[in-house]
Parts: sequence; C-alpha cells; structure tokens
Amino acid sequence: MEHAFTNPEFLWRTPQPRASYDVVIVGGGLHGLSTAYYLAKNHGIRNVAVVERGWLGNGNAVRNTTVIRSNYLRAESMPLYDFGLRLWEGWEAELDYDLMFDQRGVLALTHTKVEANGVKRTVAANRLTGIDAEWLEPDDIKAFCPIVNVSPDIRYPVMGASLQRRGGIARHDAVVFALARAASALGVDLLQGCEVTGFEMAGNRVTGVLTSRGRIGAGRVGLVGAGRSPLLAGLAGFSLPIQSYPLQALVSDIVDPVLDCVVMSGTLHVYVSQAQKGELVMGAGRDTYHSYAQRGSFQILEHQIQAALELYPIMRRAHLLRTWAGIVDVTPDASPILGRSPVDALYINCGWGTGGFKASPVSGYVFAHALVHEVPHELATSFSLERFETGTLVDEHGAAGVAH
Amino acid sequence: MLLITCPWCGAREETEFRHGGEGVRVPPDGDDPGWTRLLYYRENPAGPYAERWVHVHGCRQWFHVVRDTTTHQILSTRRLDGQEGAA
Repeated sequence: MEHAFTNPEFLWRTPQPRASYDVVIVGGGLHGLSTAYYLAKNHGIRNVAVVERGWLGNGNAVRNTTVIRSNYLRAESMPLYDFGLRLWEGWEAELDYDLMFDQRGVLALTHTKVEANGVKRTVAANRLTGIDAEWLEPDDIKAFCPIVNVSPDIRYPVMGASLQRRGGIARHDAVVFALARAASALGVDLLQGCEVTGFEMAGNRVTGVLTSRGRIGAGRVGLVGAGRSPLLAGLAGFSLPIQSYPLQALVSDIVDPVLDCVVMSGTLHVYVSQAQKGELVMGAGRDTYHSYAQRGSFQILEHQIQAALELYPIMRRAHLLRTWAGIVDVTPDASPILGRSPVDALYINCGWGTGGFKASPVSGYVFAHALVHEVPHELATSFSLERFETGTLVDEHGAAGVAH
Repeated sequence: MLLITCPWCGAREETEFRHGGEGVRVPPDGDDPGWTRLLYYRENPAGPYAERWVHVHGCRQWFHVVRDTTTHQILSTRRLDGQEGAA
C-alpha cells in the first residue's frame, strides 16, 4: 500500500494510520479535506484522520466544472452560499496557494418568460440579501459576452440573463493540493487507499471505523461521502433521502480565448466556461438513472453540444477532447444535509448534489463546527436530516437544477 | 446509451424511454415516519436495482427493469403484471 500512490511529499505527509483519532472524516474529497482543515485551524482539533478509499483528487473533487457562485434563492441558503463565496475570496491568501480563483462573472441565460420571471425573482432576492446580482437584457448580454447568439430567430431566443460578477471558477486540482497541504501541515493524517467497510458501535454510538487498512478508533466520525453517502449510511445502519446519479462534463481541445465568463442555460441544459489553459469546459444536466459507475449516457453530451452550438456558433470548430462523470448525491429539495445522523457521534455532510464544488469552503467550515459543538453552525440550522420529517424543506431546484 | 428491452416492443435505445425511479412504492399505515419514507426515501443500492421505465416514445407502457447501478447492465425487464415480455 505504501507504494500504491505517487504522492507529492512536498505537499503532504503519507502517514500510517494511528490506533485512534479524535475525529475520523470518511471521504477525502474537497468537502472532507475542507472539514479536516477547519477542524484543525478553527477549533484546534488536530488529532484527525481523513480516510479515502481511492486517492486524493480522484473523485468529484476533480470531476466538477469548477463553477463558483452564491446566487441561490432561499433565505436559508443565500447566507450559507455567500459566506462560502467570501471564504473563496480569502482562500488563496489563507492557503498560500495559487488556486487560479477568477471572479470573471457567472451569466445565467433565460429562454422563456417563466424562466425569466424566476431568475428575476432570484436576482431580487439576492439583492435584498446583499448578494451582488444584476439582470441583463439581450443587448447587455452581447456586450458582456460577445460570443452568445442573442438573435431572435434561434429555436430558444435569449430573453435576458442574471449576472453575478463575483462568481467565477478556480482550478480544482490546485484546491485539492492546497487543502491537503494545509490540513497535513496542521497535523491531519490523510489516509489514502483506506476504504471504510463498516462501523464499530457501542449501543447506538459509533466508536470506530473498520477499514481496508484495519480498525481505527474514533471519538467522532464525519461522513462526507458525496454520491457514496447512502452506501456509508447503510454500513452504519440508517438510510438517507439521497439518490445517486451520474453528472457528466466535457472539455474541448485548446482554443484561442473566446469566453471570459461562465455562461449557463437552464432551459437548454448546458453551461460553459473557458479554462485559463484554453479548453472549453462544459457541463449538462444529470443523467436520469441511478448509478455508481462514474459514467453516463452519450446522448446527454450530444444534447449539451447541440445547445452549445446554437448559443455559441463560434464553438462549431472546437473538438471534443475528453468526457467524464461524477456521482452526485441529490436530495429531494436540492439542498445539503448537514449535522447529526440517527447514530450518536456520527455526523453527516452530504446532499450537495450537482453543485458541491462552490461549497467546498463553507461545507467544511460549518461541518467542522457541528463536529466540535454537536449543534449546527448558525448558517446550517435549516439543513438537518430532520427537515424531511417536519416538512421544512429548502427548495433550491431552481438555483441548483442545471445551473450547477 | 443504454439498450433497453421493452417487454412489448423489444430492444430499443434509451432515448425512447424515460426513467421512473424505484419500482414498487407501498403507502404506509398512517404514521409520520412511514410517510416520510414514502415521500423522500428511495432505495439507492450499488448493484441490482429494481426500477421502472416507461416507453414514452414507443408503446407508452410502464414496465419493470432490474439494472446493475455499478455497471449499467440491464439484468431483466418484465411487464407490470409480472409476466415475461413477448418481445
């Protein structure tokens, strides 16, 4: 196992598992790493392990399209996501790492009156909450992003768009490296190739995790398993209201700079940005069927490329280079689940669904608080598992649906 | 793309169908936890999964499918009345 991974030792240590830790985080994705980082940094809890069945930077951490924004709709969600965006604004300095975090603006196009009304409502809600948001008419869109086809004679003419100028993108690999380095330096053990196979219980309290690298005792356990959260919960004896689907994305070959913002279209199921290196990065809606296979069906990609070509005729000459899928954990209300589980000392952080990348900082920040204080952070009180019993759902399908 | 054998029409491409989620949902006896489960919880296994699809651009029949969620292989399809398909 020691030789299974080529680790950049100048970034993080590769320790052997200790017999026990104060906190074991299950899942070494961005949210798991972020949780461990904030446990150590904000709360001084350094006797922490992150156990990861694969390797750092192999799952959704690098299977996303790196969109960052905070223009959600509900009063419960907006402060959470915008606090997250403010954390992004400080992360490069705090982590001392060039994350290529670039607030180039996120445009959300609308193509129907109903959609335009919904997006205008979100713009208004954002502004009332102090989140930057603007409504652009088609001429403004053309000025802000010249390659968008705003002519009225296409199948779904553009009727306007919202713009969040503080939104943008970052380089996801760099975020993995930066967080792993920071957590490791603070004392967190990052244990790769360490798959959880069960939980050790004393009554209804978890006391350790059983892994492919042996038993590891744990004062508290945090499950941060994204699409595999339902499987982890099953090992601990409870269920989650989560369904796991493939979410696909693709990149083109490297082309000249043509696009300096993120553009998304909910109706046409496509969103595009251009990486600093030059590839066009595109995502679509999720596949319709449940899966843990990290791949989806080709017609989803075909559909998003059709939409992209109608909206951005200049992309006709680009070539499809690479496609991939991540497994996303979708809740009934498209909002995350944060906090206690039915098992004592076992906490859950999941359900970020199709839009988890942007939430990497805030997810770890509030989840670390819950692990330490045993109560939710004030930004996360509305996102408990119990909301599905009380009916106090936080419906973010409009904000999260396709515009990840 | 999946190739799905409709019990009525035979093997057709996935684009003719729509996924309908978990196969059999049984209403509870009336307690709140039971309703919570019915409304919000679905099976989500890694492996064989009993689900329903509808041949929306074909015969428009709903039918049962067992599909492996780790490989996408379709293990069986059958009619809603439980009979094997004629196709």
